Amino acid sequence: MLSLEAAIQFKNVSYSVNGDTILTDITGSFPKGKITTLVGPSGAGKSTLFKLCNGLKSPDSGEILINGKKIDDYDPVTLRRFVGIALQQATMLSGTVKKNISIPMILQGKQLPEERAKELLTVVGLDESFLSRNIKDLSGGQRQKLSIARTLVNKPEILLLDEITSSLDRVSQQDIEELIVKINKEFSTTIIWITHNLQQALDIGDYTWVMMEGEVVETGESSLLEAPTNERVRNFVRGEVE
Amino acid sequence: MSYLTLAITLIFVVIPLVLSKTLKLGLEKDTLIATVRSIIQLLAVGYVLQFVFDAEQLIYIFLMVLLMIAAATQNARKKGASIKGITWKLIVTFVFVEVLTQGILLGLGITPATAQYIIPISGMVVGNSMVLSILFLNRFTSEMTTHQDQTELILTLGGTPKQAIRTQLLNSIKASTIPTIESQKTIGLVQLPGMMSGQIIAGADPVQAVMFQLLILFLLLTTAVVTSIMLGYLSYPTLFNERMQFLSDHLEEDDED
Repeated sequence: MLSLEAAIQFKNVSYSVNGDTILTDITGSFPKGKITTLVGPSGAGKSTLFKLCNGLKSPDSGEILINGKKIDDYDPVTLRRFVGIALQQATMLSGTVKKNISIPMILQGKQLPEERAKELLTVVGLDESFLSRNIKDLSGGQRQKLSIARTLVNKPEILLLDEITSSLDRVSQQDIEELIVKINKEFSTTIIWITHNLQQALDIGDYTWVMMEGEVVETGESSLLEAPTNERVRNFVRGEVE
Repeated sequence: MSYLTLAITLIFVVIPLVLSKTLKLGLEKDTLIATVRSIIQLLAVGYVLQFVFDAEQLIYIFLMVLLMIAAATQNARKKGASIKGITWKLIVTFVFVEVLTQGILLGLGITPATAQYIIPISGMVVGNSMVLSILFLNRFTSEMTTHQDQTELILTLGGTPKQAIRTQLLNSIKASTIPTIESQKTIGLVQLPGMMSGQIIAGADPVQAVMFQLLILFLLLTTAVVTSIMLGYLSYPTLFNERMQFLSDHLEEDDED
């Protein structure tokens, strides 16, 4: 995995909150243009790792490189447009779909052209009639698709997805999986996807990181989940660690 | 009013005490403390004011205002939810509001530069500013805590801290100033303002008393709006670091709520 060009690279990264260790000595990388899935029991530190990649938090020690450049050398605003993130709760502001999809442009003091908004909605599988709909009238799956479309406004090179399908039904889940693969193929976007669904990690991921208790326990091609070498990972895959 | 007459008015304290005892409301101790404190504090202020008025020295006026600001800061800090390093922000806000209002009043010759005017008006301005600060801080910390996901959303989409807290800040400013504006809409219809009532009881011309009351009302509008806006813009940068990361541990919610 290290032989591939790294989109994000961690060098001995540790992070703690009020003395509680969340991440311990994380070293490794997410390859550019690939889909890497992040699996592990709750509390493994996966979401925290994302916040470090997006610059929402800074590590206590160690180094994070984005495209080979130290994360602290990026202006935070530039970094966050470049490394997009979509979360499970798909937070929306009250109002219409148009207002919400336009947020990234409004933040830059610009307007999102209507054509571009429609185009992005089409990419995520929502038709253009959604533009004028109120957020309140959207289903969980539609909100999630909108959240992804909104993140795409900034044309991120790296897309971090945190449990975006965990509360969705099977059909919406498949839609989103197909969409992410399409985004990865069409735009060569590097995808890092936190998921509880091991089958999803196997099906979608080129590579997988297994995290437990703030540490990276095993990394490799996603097929490692079929025959893990590490005993803790084996137990986790068998569903003994939840 | 003589001290004897004042002593008779204690009957208005006895009534709630008796009622509290009879109905076992348990308010006796607090009522007694409140009564004793108000007697001591107000009489002390009365004598201090008499001394300041007689002395006719600017330094005493200055010291009185300083004392008010110190007391207001202490109270706002204690009663309101807090944000790291709030003390100096409160002091700067109170001093600014005081300088602004007195600057306009004295600068334009609206009120004379005497202790008799400066001190009571400052008391009303700083007091009002203190109440507004408590209202604002409670609302702002609760907005920031409740809508932390929205703050983080804006940051993750490449927004600045100012953009990330804009809605919460505006909501808090509005919510804390609305009571002042609303209460002015019904003023005089339900109850007469205390200061105006006091002037009328003391024998002042009611129209003069009304005009003076209006001046105070307008003054309090400025005080309310300026206090929340200023405190808001002084407070929010404390909630972020130079990497534009939201520091939720810099919010300290009011324990009393």
